[in-house]
Amino acid sequence: MTTAGNNDAAAAPTHIETDVLVIGAGGAGMYAALEAAGAGAAVILADRSLIGRGGATVMAQMTVAAALGEQTPDHWEHHLSDTLAAGRGLCDERLAALLCEDGPRRLREMDDWKVGWAREDGRIKQAQAPGHDRPRCAYVDFLSTGPAVSRTLRSQLNAANGVRRIGELMIVDIAIRDGEACGATALHMPTGHAVTLAAKAVIIATGGLTGLYRRNSASSNMGGDGYALALRAGAELIDMEFVQFFPIGHLAPRLVGMDPIMWDPFRYKLGGKLLNAEMREFEQDYATRDNRSDGRYVLTRDLATYAITKEVEAGRGSPAGGAYLSFQHLPEAEIRSAFGPVVDRLAANGIDLAKHPVEVAPIAHYHMGGVRVDEALQARVPGLYACGEAVGGANGANRLSGNAITEAFVFGARAGRNAARYALQSSTLWSPQAADPALDLLRSAQRRDAPNLAAVVAELKALMADMVGPFRTEEKLRSALEAIERLKTEIGDIPFSSAAAFDPVLVDWLDLRNMLLVAQSVTVPALARTESRGAHQREDHPGLDDTWCVNQLVALSRGKIELNRSAPATRRAAA
Amino acid sequence: MKATLAIQRGALDETPRTESFEVAFEHGQSVLDGLRALRREADPSLAFRFSCINANACKECMMLIDGKVDYACTVRLKEGVTTLAPLPKKALIRDLVTEIAPPDERLWPRP
Repeated sequence: MTTAGNNDAAAAPTHIETDVLVIGAGGAGMYAALEAAGAGAAVILADRSLIGRGGATVMAQMTVAAALGEQTPDHWEHHLSDTLAAGRGLCDERLAALLCEDGPRRLREMDDWKVGWAREDGRIKQAQAPGHDRPRCAYVDFLSTGPAVSRTLRSQLNAANGVRRIGELMIVDIAIRDGEACGATALHMPTGHAVTLAAKAVIIATGGLTGLYRRNSASSNMGGDGYALALRAGAELIDMEFVQFFPIGHLAPRLVGMDPIMWDPFRYKLGGKLLNAEMREFEQDYATRDNRSDGRYVLTRDLATYAITKEVEAGRGSPAGGAYLSFQHLPEAEIRSAFGPVVDRLAANGIDLAKHPVEVAPIAHYHMGGVRVDEALQARVPGLYACGEAVGGANGANRLSGNAITEAFVFGARAGRNAARYALQSSTLWSPQAADPALDLLRSAQRRDAPNLAAVVAELKALMADMVGPFRTEEKLRSALEAIERLKTEIGDIPFSSAAAFDPVLVDWLDLRNMLLVAQSVTVPALARTESRGAHQREDHPGLDDTWCVNQLVALSRGKIELNRSAPATRRAAA
Repeated sequence: MKATLAIQRGALDETPRTESFEVAFEHGQSVLDGLRALRREADPSLAFRFSCINANACKECMMLIDGKVDYACTVRLKEGVTTLAPLPKKALIRDLVTEIAPPDERLWPRP
């Protein structure tokens, strides 16, 4: 690897060469970098945030599913059946099988790296999450799974040879030569300097798109930029209409210093009652629709989202527009023994679970769709790979609890290894011309302050929440497409800027360029799918329609969204 | 309720200046909530770091709040004036953003 140039903004772009470029340093990206370096490749791990601080992994306070068989006998095929059932007919069985089969190995590897899975009598504790047929979900106490995973992978990276980590580097576009990925063009945020990266293989590990929604559980950098990078590079996206809403995201009172999805582990451990404004439990009213209920935790995520939304619509919502979640039936001592120091953090927010309920409501949490890849995690563009939440297909129309971190580990490791193998067999395709379009775009930036792009981002998020949220209609989706076109016109083709160093206006413009494309990539297939399945619920087309047991594929053709269909991939077809 | 945020602005090569903004807030909202609202309503060029928004997981939003090093995502907005400044012992980049990346995770490792 070589670095030329300096931080003089007037200089030519800094150029760096490597074998494998990993974009995004969450759980999947860090795992990919470790495996690629372990396979002998020189690796650059780039993130627009600080390394290992952004993305979804660090936010996860939840559980990690794998058939470890520590609590009860288990086999990865059981985990696969649950994953496929949750996916409601749309899973790519090859990817789902990979996730379930490799999961235990990765969780044990993390255990060897001292992640600190919670234990009982020397065995890893596994909780039973909704949709699983047995206890399968490991975690780190107290509500520390994500931070512990991030810390563990960061220390592995610190000790690894061959990985150069570069934070604060925002990838603008993947560089393509003769239809193959050969690197990328980036903005170095602290200086505003352009950077070109030559790489023989590129891995997209940028996570999902929940940052497109007003209320979400994502980091600020999860507006789906990896999907836009993939589309413009010539890749296909799959299942983009399936956005998972987490039913009981924290709504009120204002809670700071904690992840808004932290109520789920409380429910695993303690039960917890969902109540409407009449202080009546309502989950059972909706439970007959779901034959996979496990008794303790009545509804899977899509049905719980539906139940809360319907209660609010019927005028039985809580004051802030959600449902009450109550632990008042439990003795204070039991709450403290289950959550220890977290109880004090809640008290600092004025929350006493033994005395008062909190308010919860659905919140954008995860995206099932993503880059369409083969079993090697390679997109249809040679040299371009994807891993983690950025991959589509493994979870079909609805993701099972606990599969997100598992897929980060499993797909990260496999994409890293395969990209390294590919890179080490290839000679560089890099040519400076491959970076020209993105460099020209950055050079064309102009100082402008109207419209206020931070407000445009907020407008887009509100639009997606209201028109392309968990419950959709043709009318809402058509109005969303019109609004997205209007916003595209408002921001235009020339980037806005406000300063040289750390310019949030330029970042907002580059984000909107991606977010608006990705918003379209969700809305167009959502409009086409005239049925309700998993996380995609059409109020004007209720119920499953067997003819829709197909995946929708989104691609860019001469700058326009192109929609195609294909039958879900099966394991037999892959053999 | 209204909070006044007195914010130190400017890049490394500029003379620091203080700009004050008024922002409406509800009980319980954080300083980071106020900064994000300011970008939408008043000045989108205001630079500050944050990633996780709520969870106090990323630790990126550390700054000097009323003279004390703290996280913008956990300190609450209050009525009256809150002063915000970049971390004093880190190299300034712009406004409230300082160089907090570990040296070996930067594009150009600085001495």
